[in-house]
Amino acid sequence: MSDIAITPDLIAAHGLKPDEYERILTLIGREPTITELGIFSAMWNEHCSYKSSKRWLRTLPTTGARVIQGPGENAGVVDIGDGDCVVFKMESHNHPSFIEPYQGAATGVGGILRDVFTMGARPVAAMNALRFGAPDHPKTRHLVAGVVAGVGGYGNSFGVPTVGGEVNFHPRYNGNCLVNAFAAGLAKTDAIFYSKAEGVGLPVVYLGAKTGRDGVGGATMASAEFDETIEEKRPTVQVGDPFTEKCLLEACLELMQTGAVIAIQDMGAAGLTCSAVEMGAKGDLGIELDLDRVPVREAAMTAYEMMLSESQERMLMVLKPEKRQEAEAIFVKWGLDFAIVGRTTDDLRFRILWEGREVANLPIKQLGDEAPEYDRPWIEPVPAKVIHAADLAEPADYGAAILRLVGSPDLSSRRWVFEQYDTLIQGNSLQRPGGDAGVVRVDGHATKALAFSSDVTPRYCEADPYQGGAQAVAECWRNLTAVGATPLAATDNLNFGNPEKPEIMGQLVKAIEGIGTACRALDFPIVSGNVSLYNETFGQAILPTPTIGGVGLIEDRSRTARIGGMASGDVLLMIGREGSHLGSSIYLREIEGREDGAAPLVDLAEEKRHGDFVRSLIQAGRVAACHDLSDGGLAIAIAEMCMASGIGATLAPGRGLLHAWLFGEDQGRYVVAVSPATADAVTAECNAAGIPCHTVATAGGDALILPGRFSVALADLTVAHESWFPNYMAGEIAETPAAA
Amino acid sequence: MKTAVVLLPGLNRDRDMIAALRSISGVEPLTVWQTETAIPPVNLIVVPGGFSYGDYLRCGAIAARSPVMQAVAAEAARGVPVLGVCNGFQILCEAGLLPGALMRNTSLKFVCREVKLEVVTNRTRFTSGYAEGQIIRCPVAHHDGNYFADEATLERLHGEGQVVFRYAEGTNPNGAVRDIAGIVSESGNVMGLMPHPENLVEPEHGGTDGCGIFESVLGLGQKVAA
Repeated sequence: MSDIAITPDLIAAHGLKPDEYERILTLIGREPTITELGIFSAMWNEHCSYKSSKRWLRTLPTTGARVIQGPGENAGVVDIGDGDCVVFKMESHNHPSFIEPYQGAATGVGGILRDVFTMGARPVAAMNALRFGAPDHPKTRHLVAGVVAGVGGYGNSFGVPTVGGEVNFHPRYNGNCLVNAFAAGLAKTDAIFYSKAEGVGLPVVYLGAKTGRDGVGGATMASAEFDETIEEKRPTVQVGDPFTEKCLLEACLELMQTGAVIAIQDMGAAGLTCSAVEMGAKGDLGIELDLDRVPVREAAMTAYEMMLSESQERMLMVLKPEKRQEAEAIFVKWGLDFAIVGRTTDDLRFRILWEGREVANLPIKQLGDEAPEYDRPWIEPVPAKVIHAADLAEPADYGAAILRLVGSPDLSSRRWVFEQYDTLIQGNSLQRPGGDAGVVRVDGHATKALAFSSDVTPRYCEADPYQGGAQAVAECWRNLTAVGATPLAATDNLNFGNPEKPEIMGQLVKAIEGIGTACRALDFPIVSGNVSLYNETFGQAILPTPTIGGVGLIEDRSRTARIGGMASGDVLLMIGREGSHLGSSIYLREIEGREDGAAPLVDLAEEKRHGDFVRSLIQAGRVAACHDLSDGGLAIAIAEMCMASGIGATLAPGRGLLHAWLFGEDQGRYVVAVSPATADAVTAECNAAGIPCHTVATAGGDALILPGRFSVALADLTVAHESWFPNYMAGEIAETPAAA
Repeated sequence: MKTAVVLLPGLNRDRDMIAALRSISGVEPLTVWQTETAIPPVNLIVVPGGFSYGDYLRCGAIAARSPVMQAVAAEAARGVPVLGVCNGFQILCEAGLLPGALMRNTSLKFVCREVKLEVVTNRTRFTSGYAEGQIIRCPVAHHDGNYFADEATLERLHGEGQVVFRYAEGTNPNGAVRDIAGIVSESGNVMGLMPHPENLVEPEHGGTDGCGIFESVLGLGQKVAA
């Protein structure tokens, strides 16, 4: 059947290990054709099969009273009442973005949007968690510029507001940036579409853009480490076309209303192969495809190329035959291709016809849901040693330290980034980037809104993967709480190094354990996600980065809180313990030039108690402003509230060591600004509930002041905070200011 | 008050515009698809924002040649008010219904932020509800909002009172010549502007400064004495 000899080199080039190839031989009882080898490579790579992580992902909590669909579909689905549901997922596009930042990031956004509208949801919000190498690394500025432009270029044109995200810098991402794209959409609970095919002999329809040679082998590329051959990998990156995607969205939503769709699946990683196998395998059906009917934009494409193309903006659907004309008319109206390219069968085989002959005939279940699975060896990570604040000198000048921190690469304003994103399209954005969470109205509902936040602190995960995993969940839950939302559910995007190394596998295992424990304690199930492994260059792994994207529900959007909005005389109360933990903190890194020390412990019961209390205050309309405490601790939280409110504050010091009180990154904490008349009552309620509550400052004036210690003008804070990013991107900062 | 919104593939602020027109006029707007060759009688036609046909050629260039834009031109010639916002402004320029062109922002980046606009004249059908010289807030979201026209055209625009909105207080986000944010045609019934008034028409948008344009042209709301 094939003219190309299957050699060990060819097998290795497809990312298949010798034992995996043996398994293929046993499975089909003969040597595979080149097309079949490509199909196995596409389905059994890490990116598509989750073969290293599946065993551990199963331990995550994925169900809940509101969960309609957990992991395993294009996206998770959560009930928000009144017949509406929110559909969301986060997915990585790390490797492509490092190779070709604009298109890599753009198609990452396109892929996640498609995942959401494939399920029948209109996308209403997007976020992006971006991690780059050290600012002084020669490639970083180029990657930041390209990735941000790509995210904006696709999302802005498609027409979804980007309401949140993260940008961090660290040398461990020098050779491997991270681009994690999140999207959420709204659907009706009685009109959700799934990928499971049903019915034998039904037409399989190809929708959207034509197939080209772009992205052939992309998923296999994404499952390998980088080395000096990286520049040769550029052709594996796809090119995005947001215009076609926008048309595809409108056409799909129109089509779904006609009742013509039995099953639908977008073509993402491994394109036609993965979408067809998933639809068939989930429905216990075979699929036969005739590639001569596939719309192509290049001549003389081989079956191999067509099956592995990752051309964007394409969908596969199983259609009710009697609706064909109606369905086709919709796609013609939107200028998109519509072609019947195959049919469902009852033989559980995946058969590919090309130029009148059969070029592949494989067992569909073993390609899909019965793909290989590994229990890779792992070793328990050793958590970093505790550093006591008492062993750390105080800074010579507190005011200078605060200015340095608010103007540092990780804490400075992200305005340069988010002003390149359309943050208000659709007219429903109530809180845009710059606060704790993005807030978007539920279109057509009188009172509801949704909140979105994306979080992880990779330096904690490096110090202690278990605590770091739990902390990522806790911080996400806390950010949703800080705007007054009730956290509903989350999606996880697990970015790690090479799982074949037991220490990396150990990071993954413990991080998942931490995530699972936190999600259970906070009633915050994981409903979708993505795993990105092999994030290594020349054997150097990234920091373990399990990004958590969370969604919360606001029943009454007139009762929310935001980071700004303090008025003169407002009392700032800190809910939670006084700061003491400086290990693995931003302070330690930026001021002391050290990156060691244990991660802060996450007390999940305390987290829940404090968060539930703060949320009840916000929902009762008693809070003027609210902010969670995270990177940089209390001092940075209050500085950020001051800048957002355009007003100063005078701090009232607490007990303990001043640098730990100001900059400690202890968990489970918030600052709320309340009127003086409310402050005593809130404090009394905290005392009664056993929740620590301290008056930490009073709003007023035009400086951040600790009497007798420092006074930093609000104007100076703002200049420091706002200038780092634009100056850096303008090439005015040659070296990272980190490490004194 | 009947209104119509032009729909072209790739436009993406059509829903924002429809929602704004619905809430301000109290009537559901008609929608007119790209292939239509006639537009029913209405009080206002709007070409909304987005990326028509992907804007892969010059912004608005392909859209300006679509069948529906011939119909828009015919209605404009009959004196029907036509409003183009963002991509709509670019399309009206490309269609020759407004003078000048919109070039790439001088930053070469997409920009989404709030700006200040000066109402240069309230003697237009689109701004009669504002006070002359009034400063209003308005968001922008575009990659190609850098208005340009030759000197003679600019002099004529200024002389004839056709410059309607100017970026104020140093908030010009795109390098537009003479801070021009919006202009009206010589006949006064076609206006284009880059900012998005439709995204600032409800208290939940953070303000209602954008309402004045729609209320003016539809003859609704409070008039401000000139």
